[in-house]
Amino acid sequence: MTMIQALRSALDVAMGRDDNVIVYGQDVGYFGGVFRVTEGLQAKYGRSRCFDAPISEGGIVGTAVGMGAYGLRPVVEIQFADYFYPAMDQIVSEAARLRYRSAGDFTAPLTIRMPCGGGIYGGQTHSQSPEALFAHVCGVRTVMPSNPYDAKGLLLASIENDDPVIFLEPKRLYNGPFDGHHDRPIVPWSQHALSQVPSGHYTVPLDSASVFRAGTAVTVLTYGTMVWVADGAVRDTGIDAEIIDLRSIWPLDLETIVTSVKKTGRCVVLHEATRTGGFGAELVALVQEHCFYHLEAPIERVTGWDTPYPHAQEWAYFPGPARVGAALQRVLEA
Amino acid sequence: MNSHPALQLHVPEPTGRPGHKTDFSYLRLSPAGALRRPPTDTPAADTADVANGLVRVLDDQGRAVGPWAPPIRPERLRQGLRAMLRTRLFDARMVLAQRQKKLSFYIQCLGEEAIAVAQAQVLQPGDMCFPTYRQQGLLLSRDDISLSELICQLMSNQCDPLKGRQLPVLHSYKRAGFFSVSGNLGTQFIQAVGWAMASAIQGDSKIASGWIGDGATAEAEFTTALTFAHVYRAPVILNVVNNQWAISTFQSMAGGEGSTFAARGIGYGIAALRVDGNDFLAVHAASQWAAERARNNQGPTLIEWLTYRGGPHSTSDDPSRYRPADDWQHFPLGDPIARLKQHLIALDEWSDERHETLQQELQAELLAAQQEAESHGTLLDGHVFSADAMFDDVYKELPAHLRRQREQQHTLGG
Repeated sequence: MTMIQALRSALDVAMGRDDNVIVYGQDVGYFGGVFRVTEGLQAKYGRSRCFDAPISEGGIVGTAVGMGAYGLRPVVEIQFADYFYPAMDQIVSEAARLRYRSAGDFTAPLTIRMPCGGGIYGGQTHSQSPEALFAHVCGVRTVMPSNPYDAKGLLLASIENDDPVIFLEPKRLYNGPFDGHHDRPIVPWSQHALSQVPSGHYTVPLDSASVFRAGTAVTVLTYGTMVWVADGAVRDTGIDAEIIDLRSIWPLDLETIVTSVKKTGRCVVLHEATRTGGFGAELVALVQEHCFYHLEAPIERVTGWDTPYPHAQEWAYFPGPARVGAALQRVLEA
Repeated sequence: MNSHPALQLHVPEPTGRPGHKTDFSYLRLSPAGALRRPPTDTPAADTADVANGLVRVLDDQGRAVGPWAPPIRPERLRQGLRAMLRTRLFDARMVLAQRQKKLSFYIQCLGEEAIAVAQAQVLQPGDMCFPTYRQQGLLLSRDDISLSELICQLMSNQCDPLKGRQLPVLHSYKRAGFFSVSGNLGTQFIQAVGWAMASAIQGDSKIASGWIGDGATAEAEFTTALTFAHVYRAPVILNVVNNQWAISTFQSMAGGEGSTFAARGIGYGIAALRVDGNDFLAVHAASQWAAERARNNQGPTLIEWLTYRGGPHSTSDDPSRYRPADDWQHFPLGDPIARLKQHLIALDEWSDERHETLQQELQAELLAAQQEAESHGTLLDGHVFSADAMFDDVYKELPAHLRRQREQQHTLGG
């Protein structure tokens, strides 16, 4: 399966298992979503289970909070992560806080899917990676898969989780992995082992990172598209890096991170999002707190620049394998 | 040469400021009984007259007149009167307790008691209200919600059902159909629509009741809620409590100048009523109309309740700084308790003596409840939930980072 097919399969399985699972958003119903993730679900489950929504992110998330309070398990879509901002109040002030402020009287077991990330000439409003804004919000979980197998398992785990989950989908990875070498032909998912996705139910646990590539020289902490860029940089440089795919951004799997950095003594943090106040800063702080006496070099961050995501300067902005490779070299030589 | 005059920015102002009288002619009142009662399946566009007029039942002599006069037994009216009085006395006592530093903050609903209390009589078990912080009448009209428990929440003490996490007045009672109140204005209005959509998705027969004030209609969620309620024909009553004031800001600043909040509904394709919010019978009748529409799959209703915020916005507010001190006394729709009392006395179903006796009973109940609550401590004497409880319920289960922080809190304190 491609990542799109894997996500669709997760929704299909979830809707088939639980009548309380409801899927809606802009263009999600009849048309099947602008990225085809919800294709066929309305025909299969009917208009009261999968339907189109008005163009109102605050309304989509706000109604989902109300449905959650009733006892449903809504899975809503924001067409692009760049457009979640009108729903910020409902996410931060309501979904995230409902269990806490009502002492468990009401809960918001919803999943908010958002295609995110750049590398597609999406310009300013089709490329953003806003995960740091969610990681800062206590009460929500933030998740981002990097391959079809995890995409399905993590989405099912998110839907079944009773906490509100922000589920970020790197659209650059929808049809195939991408190592940042934009000048080379793209290899589809079908040629990759991680596209082997069971058709039935399974989950990938939240709060659990995966060691994407085992190594001894340096730890790379990353997620989403950048997992593949890190892998490309390893191939280009021959550096024996250990690549950790966080999968769950927050709450995260600290143990896997700490074990790896204590082993390698070196760490590079990598994300597409802008640098300042980005999630990388939290990762750097955690590694510094927990691995200080094992560190043999300063922790490096490779990120997007502190600018809005440009259009024409796509590949100067996107942290590609050359920039990642240079950081790996620097950390080894420090 | 430019022949146009210089443009001018219009900034609405209330007619009455401290030291001056308010000119209430802007309210555009209709006489009691003057408006028709359309059938509940009336298309939204055909409700323009009831959205721009004012549905009223009780006339100046306390008689129930016109097509909206509800068939209602005196016993129900007496229950309503009791609940309104209970709400008002509760508020007064909690304001006093706030002044005595037994609680940190309070919000009263003085003058608006009829709206929540009468609608509560119409709603059924299982329906869900999405209230603001000024619908305590929904809770105080119920005998299965203990007064002392409500006061424990206000005092944030060891028996606070919300474990001291939430500001006073922001209650949550799922079992009473009272959704958790948020400090963020307007957010619950769209959530009410979502809850109603869920009920429809499940083929249930329950309805939702959303609440918002005049000022908060300016929040995006107000229009979002109207759009979604209309699009999905959600079984919801959308209540706008127009008490004329949003803290210090007159309702004209929310867009009320020259138009009604009820009329907004029609523009969104939602049937709408504008109702005398101080007329218990009119509130009962209009709520019943809207509930029947919702339950019959005839869609949502927007109701503007015309009332007046009799008290300060909150215990942190001083209204004499921005409006006439005697404004409420001149408000043409009067006091909801006095008006229902007058009606019941006119029916020979009530008397000043019974009223006095009831008031004494309620005061005694309230005093006992406050004593019971205070026996569990108050915020200011430090008898609050343990700091450990601070970390619970952020997530369903305590994640590792919160477990670490709870341990750090043990060793390091605040």
